[in-house]
Amino acid sequence: MGCRTSPEVGGMGHPIKRKEDLRFIQGKGNYVDDVQLPEMVYGHMVRSPYAHARLKSVNTENAKKLPGVLAVITGEDLAKANLAWMPTLFFDKQMVLATGKVLFQSQEVAFVVAEDPYTAADGAELVEVEYEELPVLVDPHKSLDPASPILREDREEKSNHIFHWEVGDKSATDEVFENAAVKAKVDAVFQRCHPAPLETCGCVADFNAATGRLTIHLTSQAPHAHRTLFALVGGIPENNIRVISPDIGGGFGNKVPIYPGYVCAVVASLTLKRPVKWIETRSENLQSTGFARDYHMTAELAAGQDGKIQALRVKTLADHGAFNAAAQPTKFPAGLFSICTGAYDYPTAFCEVDGVYTNKAPGGIAYRCSFRVTEAAYLIERAVDVLAQELKTDPVDLRRKNFIAPQKFPYKSPLGWSYDSGDYDAAMKVALDMVGYDELRKEQQEKRKRGELMGIGVSSFVEIVGAGPAHTFDIAGIKMFDSSEIRIHPTGKAICRMGTKSQGQGHETTYAQIVAEELGIPASDVTVEEGDTDTAPYGLGTYASRSTPVSGAATAVAARKIRAKAKKIAAHLLECSEEDLDWEPGKFFVKGAPSKAKTIQDIAFAAYTNMPEGMEAGLEAVDYYDPPNLTFPFGTYICVVDIDKGTGEVKVRRFVAVDDCGNIINPMIVDGQIHGGLTEGFAIAFMQEIGYDESGNVQGGSFMDYLLPTAVETPTWETGKTCTPSPHHPFGAKGVGESPNVGSPAAFVNAVVDALSHLGVTHIDMPIAPWKVWNILKEKGVVN
Amino acid sequence: MAEKQLIRVKVNGRQREAMVEPRLLLVHFIRSIPGLTGTHVGCDTTHCGACTVVIDGKTVKSCTMFAVQTDGCEVLTVEGLMHDGNLHPLQEGFKEEHGLQCGYCTPGMLMSSYALLQQNPHPSEEEIRWGISGNLCRCTGYQNIVKAVQYASAKMEKGGKDGLSNVA
Repeated sequence: MGCRTSPEVGGMGHPIKRKEDLRFIQGKGNYVDDVQLPEMVYGHMVRSPYAHARLKSVNTENAKKLPGVLAVITGEDLAKANLAWMPTLFFDKQMVLATGKVLFQSQEVAFVVAEDPYTAADGAELVEVEYEELPVLVDPHKSLDPASPILREDREEKSNHIFHWEVGDKSATDEVFENAAVKAKVDAVFQRCHPAPLETCGCVADFNAATGRLTIHLTSQAPHAHRTLFALVGGIPENNIRVISPDIGGGFGNKVPIYPGYVCAVVASLTLKRPVKWIETRSENLQSTGFARDYHMTAELAAGQDGKIQALRVKTLADHGAFNAAAQPTKFPAGLFSICTGAYDYPTAFCEVDGVYTNKAPGGIAYRCSFRVTEAAYLIERAVDVLAQELKTDPVDLRRKNFIAPQKFPYKSPLGWSYDSGDYDAAMKVALDMVGYDELRKEQQEKRKRGELMGIGVSSFVEIVGAGPAHTFDIAGIKMFDSSEIRIHPTGKAICRMGTKSQGQGHETTYAQIVAEELGIPASDVTVEEGDTDTAPYGLGTYASRSTPVSGAATAVAARKIRAKAKKIAAHLLECSEEDLDWEPGKFFVKGAPSKAKTIQDIAFAAYTNMPEGMEAGLEAVDYYDPPNLTFPFGTYICVVDIDKGTGEVKVRRFVAVDDCGNIINPMIVDGQIHGGLTEGFAIAFMQEIGYDESGNVQGGSFMDYLLPTAVETPTWETGKTCTPSPHHPFGAKGVGESPNVGSPAAFVNAVVDALSHLGVTHIDMPIAPWKVWNILKEKGVVN
Repeated sequence: MAEKQLIRVKVNGRQREAMVEPRLLLVHFIRSIPGLTGTHVGCDTTHCGACTVVIDGKTVKSCTMFAVQTDGCEVLTVEGLMHDGNLHPLQEGFKEEHGLQCGYCTPGMLMSSYALLQQNPHPSEEEIRWGISGNLCRCTGYQNIVKAVQYASAKMEKGGKDGLSNVA
């Protein structure tokens, strides 16, 4: 798409520099921990060392005696106010502070408030908790075993089973499988991992006893929804709650749920009538807040000898930990996992998911992912590779043979989605050319003859992002629309506010570019503000790649409403009828007489100084956008790896990522999002895992054990593009922030498996640590 | 609680005196006494580098050093990088090359890059990657951070050691 505006205006397609950067590069960001208020005090959480234990007693006397300690809150205290439990975002409840027993290691047991953070930590040390250990359930495959302990005594249903969910045609699918010439099966675990944004979660709860208002500075990806939930659960009138999400140091889904620490800080502030700051340590963040994945999946593909896929059958066990704190739309217990049919055209599929409890941290959040889409994309892209192995065919050829053809869009998938647009083979072709696929295959053949291990992995993923539409999607009952409000000042400058909240995505720049595109006001003249529920219009927030598809759309529609009013004003100023006017970004002019023009700045001034008779003053609009459908970004990723036989270490030699996210607002930011998402995908494929030992001790509970890639391990990313606009989005965009994290894990794993496929290897579970590869090489007799 | 001790530390060129607990971490001192909140805490275990500052020319993760250990030292934080109201070439490079997203790692990245360019004004890509390997970034994938450091290296070459005169 060519640019319709000049670089100075900076509308769609211009790689303009980010407006938000100036404060960050000077150390002048304003993150939650930077909030300093008069009389502020500090909270520290006491946590359980055990994964499953009866709480015999919680003795707070010594802690309370420590000078500087102001309060110690226990579960019993909260129970008196009916706040010991809180609802999760998915039809379950979660203990704020434990009563009766604890269900996972690092569960919240007591909250100590003190004059300074060091004293609060000292006080927490002095809280004496007596536990009686109970049998621990770690393996989700044993959750339904009658010999396993029932974890949730609070539930009526005496079972560790949370939900069964299925979609598709079971009998038709079974029938295809019975008659299929070729079948392929993969058992794949998508390991439990944690988004680990560099800033942990935290808040400053500030109850003002004089005004009765509660202000919560919160690491929140969804400030408006959080305000409503605080009102509903806490019984505080919603007009008396103001949630402010200041600068957020990365979210990736981790900052969607409400955590016990937030609730405790609010309770403490209401009690002490002073501002209470609570900031997680890194270990608290990794061990207790929203984990992701932990999907134990089986996929089977049925195909003909010709390689045409005929059906997909998926069975999955979902480990949700101690409480089902999944953050996903209420009609979808397994999120949008049913996108697992992928980029391929076949009529029949069946997918079932069972959720279970274990003695692990609660969650099931969408980590840089639109609700389980990452698990789905990984599964189908692994399964297709296993099928290619079964058919002894090239995985690229197999994909191309089965891609949904461009003319078939909108495409109704066998599990019920309507894909908006796509040209999967186009992205594949660009990727193959960029990487030099045929040459690489030749090189691989030669290397194999020499005993060297090299692999090429391909992933042609399809995402489903941008929820709503509201008729199908809601979170805790709140419909998944989103919003934008634009106000044009008399001098032609603008401020706009959205219901979303950037956590690094660059909204202050990209939303301004949408306004620039639609109204011709330079992006540099447009201030974007998000995250203050007192000022911004209501919205569901930023996750699931929904900012551009939903709030971005709202911004375009609100701008078009402004343009419609501007046209009336222009006609008044130019003394002509509206029909006589044409628009180009930045001005209305008389058809055939371009010199007779009024700029948007002229019009803005007139909106306050010289409006037509009978017209109300001002130039502003708000839009609450309900998307007619989701958007379906896609792409092809190709990864080339070399394996060191001596160590089992996998070296990513090249990684080509061709993304199609429809029309692009800012190509620089899109590339940056792709680099970052690929790096997280790389981390998941090779490093990141929150493991548990058999006693339920967290094995990845700090950055000493939860491995993240540095600049040294991280490959250099090569990016490419195709552009298939979304037909239903106001400016044809689809969203991109999560694509690379969704699409890349399969490319990495496929590459490693490809390097070892001649040895009969068909699958390796992530994270692919060197020891796993080395063990395989040993087992296969490649090394001694 | 041990008795408070007097420390004298020069922070970004300005002398500071404070009575501090011996256990007070340097990062908490920097964030609370001079109130310079650009230095962030990301991990508490010396891994992420968000708290990196430069002490007497060397990078230090200020979450793993006590404030009392800096008595008599000169500390440079991200807030001290600007010179005469101008951005340091590294700050400019991070903006120009899209070397940041959420911004949380950025101050630490800037300080590590600053120390790197002090020791090695023309680092290769590999040297840059090793030079910032004590700093984690969850957003950018490092690629544009490397470019940002290269940008600064080139700019400083042109402008002499511009921006490096306020070395702590």
